[in-house]
Amino acid sequence: MENLNSYLIVSAILFTIGTIGVLTRKNVIVIFMCIELMLNAVNLTFVAFSRHLGNLDGQVFVFFIMTVAAAEAAVGLALIIAFFNNKESIDVDDVNLMKW
Amino acid sequence: METLFFLIITFVAIVSAILVVTCKNPINSALALIMTFFCLATYYVMLDAPFMAAVQVMVYAGAIMVLMVFTIMLLNIRVDATKKHSHKLIFGSIIGFFTVLNLVVVLVKSRAALPTGPYSGEMIKKIGHTELVGREIFTNFLLPFEITSILLLVAIIGAVILAKKKI
Repeated sequence: MENLNSYLIVSAILFTIGTIGVLTRKNVIVIFMCIELMLNAVNLTFVAFSRHLGNLDGQVFVFFIMTVAAAEAAVGLALIIAFFNNKESIDVDDVNLMKW
Repeated sequence: METLFFLIITFVAIVSAILVVTCKNPINSALALIMTFFCLATYYVMLDAPFMAAVQVMVYAGAIMVLMVFTIMLLNIRVDATKKHSHKLIFGSIIGFFTVLNLVVVLVKSRAALPTGPYSGEMIKKIGHTELVGREIFTNFLLPFEITSILLLVAIIGAVILAKKKI
């Protein structure tokens, strides 16, 4: 299917759902998953534009985004485990050690 | 026919994305997110990018989500049904509304540029998507590709140091 706009609309909707999840949920892991959702929406935009423009640079960028997402998942989940060991909770409202 | 297929996939993708945000149990959110990833892989196939679809399924649905499910099970969190949201639900909805408004305005007001690159659908079908992407990565994007390995190394070291109790 060649229609660029429909892919962009889907991507926009997915990105917005991810944003709302990040802003409203309390569970750190769910927030993390919503960030992954936003990254995937951006990936869809990249691939759709790459296909539309006949240029593969966008798909190479999707590779790099996937690499960054994998690194982010590893480090972020390690952080969540360290936080859980300290506080016995994964609620973002409990992350207030540096609150003034 | 293809439009109908696109609509079905879109429906599944959006419903499962909403489930990611609304489910009480994080495991259910993770499963819904895997469903969304599979829908995105289907989109990549429809956009003549089968290699991206394979990588999407392997890296996202295979590796990253397994890591997340492991973490959820490792932490063994009880489901707290009473306070799922903090007090910012209205705030988040307003931000989301304006985000979608902004994107719709941008999409309606703008027109995409005409195709400029050499990679048409027929060429991708003839030569093969994997080969074309491989050529692109190992010629034009060689330096970023090498830097990526350093990023992964740093992430591995960081994860090990963070997860250890005593170094």
